[in-house]
Amino acid sequence: MPILNLSKKMSAITLDNITKTYNKGTVLAVDKATFEVAEGETFGLIGPDGAGKTSIFRVLTTLLLAEGGNATVAGFDVVKDYEKIRNCIGYMPGRFSLYQDLTVEENLNFFATIFNTTVKENYELIRDIYVQIEPFKDRRAGKLSGGMKQKLALCCALIHKPVVLFLDEPTTGVDAVSRVEFWDMLKRLKHQGISILVSTPYMDEAALCDRIALIEGGKILSIASPAETVKKYPGKLFAVKAANMHLLLQDLRSYEGTHSCFTFGDAMHLSFKQNADAGVSKLTNYLTAKGHKQIEITEIPAGIEDYFIRITEKANG
Amino acid sequence: MDNIAIKAVNLTKRFDDFVAVDAITFDVKQGEIFGFVGANGAGKTTAMRILCGLSTPTSGEAMVAGFDVYKQAEEIKKNIGYMSQKFSLYEDLTVMENITFYAGIYGLKDKEIKDRGAELLERLGITAEAKTFVGSLPLGWKQKLAFSVAVIHRPKIVFLDEPTGGVDPVTRRQFWDLIYEASDRGITVFVTTHYMDEAEYCGRVSVMVDGRIDAFDTPANLKKKFGVDSMNKVFYELARGAKRKAD
Repeated sequence: MPILNLSKKMSAITLDNITKTYNKGTVLAVDKATFEVAEGETFGLIGPDGAGKTSIFRVLTTLLLAEGGNATVAGFDVVKDYEKIRNCIGYMPGRFSLYQDLTVEENLNFFATIFNTTVKENYELIRDIYVQIEPFKDRRAGKLSGGMKQKLALCCALIHKPVVLFLDEPTTGVDAVSRVEFWDMLKRLKHQGISILVSTPYMDEAALCDRIALIEGGKILSIASPAETVKKYPGKLFAVKAANMHLLLQDLRSYEGTHSCFTFGDAMHLSFKQNADAGVSKLTNYLTAKGHKQIEITEIPAGIEDYFIRITEKANG
Repeated sequence: MDNIAIKAVNLTKRFDDFVAVDAITFDVKQGEIFGFVGANGAGKTTAMRILCGLSTPTSGEAMVAGFDVYKQAEEIKKNIGYMSQKFSLYEDLTVMENITFYAGIYGLKDKEIKDRGAELLERLGITAEAKTFVGSLPLGWKQKLAFSVAVIHRPKIVFLDEPTGGVDPVTRRQFWDLIYEASDRGITVFVTTHYMDEAEYCGRVSVMVDGRIDAFDTPANLKKKFGVDSMNKVFYELARGAKRKAD
């Protein structure tokens, strides 16, 4: 059961034209970002390094002042009410920021204490995660593996029972299995009613959010649920395979009917400039003439990464 | 056995009681793109350090570029290139200074440095940025430059340790174009990655679990063997059984 009253539909986070620049205004990091995260929602900020994700996190967690626009977290203004915000949010920065020379247990106690609470009081919230690192509670944080550090950082961000949780690239550099486990943990937190803003450069993780914003070059390019996002892909998309994949890529890129072609795992994802239906047979002939064997061309639904590539190529001119 | 770039037989590394690398056996062909994947703490880095001549194994055998890891570590270092996401270029040197520095360390002569440096800049399309500090380049450019610098001495093998973290999907794919080009020129590519779609681009892939190599084959054969449709699922099947999570 959600702890919070969802009938009121209050926003956990609002951003209204937030703009952030660096180097005396010469570097535009965030360009009029506007979005809203509903209470209890898991909202993903999806984009590469340098897209502006961390700047948005730092404005919302009251660590940076924006040059323009307004923002609220849990109903509080990020400028006027920064102290109130700091008390009711949890923040896990992209860079590991716990005390490396304190043990697991000491870190957790420390963060509980500065928020005027105890580990015991909110143990329920972190139990599922903490039991996995408890066998190492006497180990210094600096000596933990990547996956363990990440779990400890999440425990420390949760120990004061925050209303809104900020997770900046929690899974970067973490292996595929630990990433799946981490997202399972987030799902459980969501059921406790905690609103979550999470960023990631892994497009496959985007599908696990309620809604996602795609961001590049400081600009929000799209806001929708993952399912709606991929529906926005214009035209048809095809997976192309052949025996020699490297030659296939070169030949597909130089084919006159190709709009774009990128490697996606074991296939090339290709979109045609126009008239996709006639395109398939023409392309088959072209590839056969080039000497390709075992040619397979199948229409496929676009994924989030396909859509991201499509709209950023447009943004890049 | 001229066409084998790397060969390891029962290669093992212990730290006291802890077996970081547990009798791994595999080979990499000359010019092959070889994917070396595994969970955090599976032993990838330790194995890679041995193959780069930076660490001596406890037991087993390994030959890299025709040299023995026990006795010829210095020869190995001269014949390989290395790039990692964590450490690659000096941010407070310019693009050309970095090229000159690394090419010099790899023993290239001044004339070669000048020629190959110019060729490298042109291939990457960044000739105009020769005097730009590396620190102010976008991450994707840095990665491409770091890779090109790692092969400037035309090594037999290049080791890439998670080379593509954090960049946008287009840049990540452009980086693989460079990898394919190097492979076409006959350079063997040994690459670790957390992106399982990238494992699909490799000729063969080994999956490390708890210090062992639990699977080693082409992506197509691995998928068939596990009855799944992606390398991500192959990896998940293998790595979720890992006992060693705390390294």
